[in-house]
Amino acid sequence: MNIGQFLSIFISAVFIYNVILSRFLGLCSFIAISKETKPALAMSLAVMFVTTMSSVITWFIYRFLLVPFNLTYLRTISFILVIAAFVQFVEMVIRKISPPMYRFFGIYLPLITVNCAVLGVAVLNVDMFFVNGKAVAGSFWYSAFQGICVGLGYTLAMLLMSGIRERLELCEVPEAVKDFPWALLSRQ
Amino acid sequence: MEILTAILTLGALGAIFGVGLAIASKKFAVHIDPRLEKIQGLLPGSNCGTCGGAGCFGFAESVLSGKLPVDACRVSEDEVKEQIAKLLGKKIEKKVKKTALLHCHGGNKRVKDKFNYSGIEDCVAANLVLQGPEACVFGCIGFGTCARACPFGAITMNEEELPVVNIDKCTACGKCVAACPKFLFSLAPVTKTYAVRCKSRDMGKAVMEVCAVGCIACGKCEKACPTGAMKIIDNLAVIDYHICDNRGECFRVCPVNTIAKKENKDWSSVR
Repeated sequence: MNIGQFLSIFISAVFIYNVILSRFLGLCSFIAISKETKPALAMSLAVMFVTTMSSVITWFIYRFLLVPFNLTYLRTISFILVIAAFVQFVEMVIRKISPPMYRFFGIYLPLITVNCAVLGVAVLNVDMFFVNGKAVAGSFWYSAFQGICVGLGYTLAMLLMSGIRERLELCEVPEAVKDFPWALLSRQ
Repeated sequence: MEILTAILTLGALGAIFGVGLAIASKKFAVHIDPRLEKIQGLLPGSNCGTCGGAGCFGFAESVLSGKLPVDACRVSEDEVKEQIAKLLGKKIEKKVKKTALLHCHGGNKRVKDKFNYSGIEDCVAANLVLQGPEACVFGCIGFGTCARACPFGAITMNEEELPVVNIDKCTACGKCVAACPKFLFSLAPVTKTYAVRCKSRDMGKAVMEVCAVGCIACGKCEKACPTGAMKIIDNLAVIDYHICDNRGECFRVCPVNTIAKKENKDWSSVR
């Protein structure tokens, strides 16, 4: 575990292998909510929270359940299960504890449950920080940090895209490619 | 054997999460007003947002908390509105239909011209040139911008180059109010019979020099009105339609025929 490793995780997750711009994960929510900057930012914050937490939880599941029982081939289904249950739980808690926050995050949370970026981070962590079925030294911290960084990368892409799309609202666009086709074109 | 561990592990995970979520949903249950769902069931569900709420759910929430009136939904039928009102134990206030009312009846016969205008035949354009070709800077220019703005065809221009509002067709949408560069339109209840058809805030002498029917702020109507609805504000007679009850004293005393009486759904009649 050293600082250089963290730095390289940061740079690769945010810039080089950006979850949206380079890995093409989580495009659904990216296209759907990038129309204005404010909701885009809210969504990004929610995603960052969920990627971080799911990185942590899936690390525990993988390290203490799947690896000892030799069940690593079950990682996709068990990760999905964990993430979905976790997001559901968070939604309930937020709804009870803080209604304003629920109104802020609430509509995005169900979208995040099925966001492949979240599963992508979990799988990526396992691929990167487990060698031959064994956890690399400090892999827990690497995983958690990668969760944050992927969320940051998502935020970066969301902000860029929403900025572009807010400008595009004022442009003259041919009728045939208005809205989503144009958004898809402009992200190229 | 391996299959068994796989099944057991996943099964256990699923069971734990299932039970956990079930307990959590009990523990973190939020009390939701059952009326909210009922109101939402009554609404059209088109989420148009014209009520001022964020979609039909937002409307239901706002109605429950009293932020929006019960009958704010523009799409629902009256029956549905009454059902919502009943659900909340409130009553719908009957609204009086309104109509557009032009506060000028100068026209080209009674108002003098300041100059000959030969530009674009549009009030907004004409208003940019020395505030229009009419001698009265408050009055109707008469190029029919309001008639073109009306989406219901309720406004036509008459031979005096004044817009005439067809009260049956008018829906009080307010497009003409926004379109007129002289701000001559207002929305008045259709039940009122008398109207001040002038917007000039000039002193009496200045008005008389340019217009035969402009308000000279003599104050006779204010004195004659038994209800106190008529007030002279900034050299102009103004009727408060909340108070006015159609007695018509102002109409009878006005020396310059500024105040008009509605006859056969037409505001244009002068004593």
